[in-house]
Amino acid sequence: MSKRTTGLAVEAEGLTRSFGETRALAGMDLSVPAGTVYGLLGPNGAGKTTAVRVLATLLRPDGGRARVFGHDVVAEADKVRARVSLTGQYASIDEDLTGVENLILLGRLLGLRKPAARQRADQLLAAFGLTDAGGRQVKKYSGGMRRRIDIAASILNTPDLLFLDEPTTGLDPRSRNQVWEIVRAVVAHGTTVLLTTQYLDEADQLAGRIAVVDHGRVIAEGTPGELKSSVGSGTVHLRLRDAGQRPEAEKVVRAALGVPVQLEPDPVALTARVGGEGSDLAASEQAARALADLARAGIVVDDFSLGQPSLDEVFLALTDHPAVPDDERDEQLEAAR
Amino acid sequence: MSDTATTTGRAPSVYVPSAEALATVLAPGERPPRPSALSASLTFGWRALLKIKHVPEQLFDVTAFPIIMVLMFTYLFGGALADSPRDYLQFFLPGIMVTSVVMITMYTGVGLNTDIEKGVFDRFRTLPVWRPSALVGMIFGDLLRYVLAAVVILGVGLVLGFRPDGGLIGVAAGIGLLVVFSFAFSWVWTFFGLILRSEKSVMGVSMMVLFPLTFLSNVFVEPSTMPGWLQAFVKVNPITHLVAAVRSAMAGSTDPSNTMWLLLWSAGFVVVFGTLTMYRYNRR
Repeated sequence: MSKRTTGLAVEAEGLTRSFGETRALAGMDLSVPAGTVYGLLGPNGAGKTTAVRVLATLLRPDGGRARVFGHDVVAEADKVRARVSLTGQYASIDEDLTGVENLILLGRLLGLRKPAARQRADQLLAAFGLTDAGGRQVKKYSGGMRRRIDIAASILNTPDLLFLDEPTTGLDPRSRNQVWEIVRAVVAHGTTVLLTTQYLDEADQLAGRIAVVDHGRVIAEGTPGELKSSVGSGTVHLRLRDAGQRPEAEKVVRAALGVPVQLEPDPVALTARVGGEGSDLAASEQAARALADLARAGIVVDDFSLGQPSLDEVFLALTDHPAVPDDERDEQLEAAR
Repeated sequence: MSDTATTTGRAPSVYVPSAEALATVLAPGERPPRPSALSASLTFGWRALLKIKHVPEQLFDVTAFPIIMVLMFTYLFGGALADSPRDYLQFFLPGIMVTSVVMITMYTGVGLNTDIEKGVFDRFRTLPVWRPSALVGMIFGDLLRYVLAAVVILGVGLVLGFRPDGGLIGVAAGIGLLVVFSFAFSWVWTFFGLILRSEKSVMGVSMMVLFPLTFLSNVFVEPSTMPGWLQAFVKVNPITHLVAAVRSAMAGSTDPSNTMWLLLWSAGFVVVFGTLTMYRYNRR
């Protein structure tokens, strides 16, 4: 047991990989402690998927080196494969086959005899709430069910390291919560999880540590708390009844919070970051103070919310550009696959 | 997930991940030993059979296409090249069987190309199994399609008046040789299926290779009727050796020289294109 939960699951130094003109990985360093959930956070085209594919032995890096549980991903690929599992961004499941058939197929390929593979398949389907759907073709599953059968297939051999590439992209909130619960259970049983995501709140919910990825390299790394405090732990969004009061409101809020206030394109909206490093007050307290000051100044606020900084804001703070999904770059990477 | 409480009895029950149920499947068990190369390949072959079971339309190309080929060429050329379609058939049927089955091998490449575009190959390629097994198993599944096509053609031939002197054993031996060659030849298409972008381009390349290969051979007419330079090509064409060997087997004799050439070609295809395929497969 100690072997599964101590030390580093992943060590990568200076990984590079290009597809034609596009540098998908531009010297990426990573170290993922075993027994935790580690989040790779970044927009489309940042290089997250390429990194996962290199670590899962699907892609050779052009330069740099990576080890998974001490085994080199290129030279000892087979040893790495014996300990990892991958749930890709697109269903890593045969959609023409039924759920049961998929799981039996993988069980057999992992060395189980037919009765044992069948038993394991039934167990997994039950645990993932898919018993009734087991006999149906996977292409007839809903998005959430597809994700679940995919993850079930990935833990068939209880891997030591599980890669989840954007496990909740495109899922409805309930399915997303289910996936989160599953991820928590998986890590509680000693499997290390490396997950990529575009959502800060997902990384925040699940990951012990997060690496923020941009243009093929890690631009920030730390616990969610560390990252957020470097950015500001929340954002206040305000919508006024009267657009004419906005200049006045900006002054009041800036005075109350002591931070710059952003005027949104919407003429009645303004936002401000709160809970940053220099502040000793909690974000909610700061926000409450701003609201009170606005009320005192006779400014009517129709809509108020206090939210986590978005990925966009994290990016803006860490780089000098917002986290625009680099779709062109993403498409180039896709095409190069 | 408080909304689970409000679901009525009629709605499908909502899945709530249960810690206990997940715990039972997450308990690290003994890892079974790695399956042998053959066992892994056969398991992938089972996958191919399951795909045929779930998508039976894919058998269209191994049934309708060969029937059309036999009918078309027997009646198109039969009168001109022999005294009657029935006479021509005795010469022609083994050849059209070879042509049809060899043409069907290209679907191995097309199938692999579409398969690999989906994510499932990512999973296969992260499994600690014998590397070529996913592709070998896929071709095992295709072998069934080749046998099926050959049997369909034989059936149509028998109805039209094909009477092989070699009897059951001779016919079976002929089909056996054809299947061996097709297995080997399929590796050409796995390679193209991996290097080309789309299934359309795989089809295009396949046609460009298959048409000259099958038509510039002894399938339709005796090579002695062709100009010398063409005979030179026809003579070394593996399809010519294959057709000659299958023809003699079905006629109840043996043709050691052509059979040997055919087996050498088959071995060559596996070694060269099998290696190229695996190189690409590992590099992707």
